[in-house]
Parts: sequence; structure tokens; C-alpha cells
Amino acid sequence: MTRAAFAPGTRVRTRAADRDGHSRLPRYARGATGTVVEVAGHHPLADDRARGLDVAPQPVYHVRFRAADLFGAGEHTVTVELWHDHLEGPA
Amino acid sequence: MSGEHHSSDISARVRRVEALLEERGLLGPGEIDQRIDEFAAGGTPANGARVVARAWVDPGFRARLLDDANAVLPEVGLSMAGGLQEQRLKVVANTDDVHNVLVCTLCSCYPIALLGPSPSWYKSEAYRSRVVRDPRSVLAEFGVTVPPDTGIAVWDASAESRYMVLPRRPAGTDDLDEAELTALVTRRGLIGTALV
Repeated sequence: MTRAAFAPGTRVRTRAADRDGHSRLPRYARGATGTVVEVAGHHPLADDRARGLDVAPQPVYHVRFRAADLFGAGEHTVTVELWHDHLEGPA
Repeated sequence: MSGEHHSSDISARVRRVEALLEERGLLGPGEIDQRIDEFAAGGTPANGARVVARAWVDPGFRARLLDDANAVLPEVGLSMAGGLQEQRLKVVANTDDVHNVLVCTLCSCYPIALLGPSPSWYKSEAYRSRVVRDPRSVLAEFGVTVPPDTGIAVWDASAESRYMVLPRRPAGTDDLDEAELTALVTRRGLIGTALV
């Protein structure tokens, strides 16, 4: 893991690609902009582990989205736990 | 969202793999069931309820719990280290401003040590798909009316952390001791589909 971790408060955008196979980036949260609220440790990317790959740990974040940004409606928030590789960087 | 693992094909495949592993001596007879039993042993919502009651009576414990839950669980004789590795626990507190509710949209991730085995509705596709989009309606179906000026925060346990809701202490409970408070807390309260 060479990239710096995103600090809480950073606006980030999730990847939009629909990768083949298992992903812990839920479909409803793809291509969406949210805010990092907490760094939740470092773990190997589950998407890669599901493919049998031995990969290095990377930062995992709680990323909060406004429902309106995910679904086009709703006043609530949804907080999803995402790996660094699920994020395209500051939005 | 992935499908549910209820097909007889996958069940048959799992049984076949288990049988082959036993034939080759890699698994003892019934070892998987035994390991699951060991993992689930002691897992009950009464554990989560004890944590909540302690947080209600001890503001210092509450603050430490919300800051680093894993570090304070040993104070009430609990831990998240019952599985292959210790799981991170994040406790989220209900307040006047926000009501929290938990889901795992990808499968059924859940803090078994603190809440026991998960209820079947928690694993249903209906709950998992609807609560992220329209939590207010789903909560209403559980009989929970969230005031219009109280926000709702949905937490998707989609990765390594597990979550537990810290409900608000009910009014009129000032005279209750910690054990009596523990008895008020329900499994649904710890998931966020009940107020307590």
C-alpha cells in the first residue's frame, strides 16, 4: 500500500465499473460520490481474495453517501465500508 | 446483490466436499458442525444488551465504547475474537438527531458474539434491498416511527467491520439498575429495527 490513506472528511468517488466476479462494492454504490467518515483498518481487498490472490492489506473506510446521491431520492444516509481500490480518489 | 444460498445444488456440493475432506482425513467426522457450534456458543443478544445497559449507566464507558468498542468489550467480559480473527466492532448511538439501522446488503454479516444468530428477516432479500433505499417505510413496518426531524443512518456491513446499535435509554427508567436495564434491550433494538 503505497498510496496515502484518505483522511476523514475527504470527498471520494466510487468506481463505476461492473467487474466480473465477486466485489464488496455494492452495485447501488457504484459511480457515486460520498464522504470518508472513518478509516476502519487495513485489510487485503476481499474482491482479490475471492479470486485466490495473495494481496497486501490496504486502507478500508466507512464512506457515507446521501440517499439522494445513490437513489435520486431519500433524506437518509447510507454508510458503506469500502476498500481503497474501490475509490477513484478525491471527488 | 447476490442471491440467497438456498439452492439444493449448492447444499449438495457442500455436503460432497465435506464428505471428501473427511474421507481424506482432512476433517474429522462432524468437525464443521462442531466448529460452528463453538463459534456460536455464548453468542446471544443478552451480551449486546449488557453492553448497552453499561453504556446507559456509565458515561465514560459509553464514550470509550463509541470510540473503540473492541477495547472496552473486555470490561464486560466480552470480545470479538471468537472467530478466525478478531473482528472490528463499530457501535453507533441513536440520538435525538439520528436513528441508526443495520443491514448487510451483500450477504448477512452480523456480530454473532453480541447478538446471537441473526434473525431470518435480516437475511431476506426484501429487507436487504429495501432498507437501504427506504428505511423509514421498512422501520414503520417494524412498528418503529422515527420522528420526521430525526435523520436515519443506514450502515451496510459489507466488509470487515461489524456494527451494533446503541439505543436511547427509555424515559422513566431512572430507578432501574443495570440488570433491569439489560432486560429492556431487545435484539431488534441492537439492529435498529426497534427503539430499544
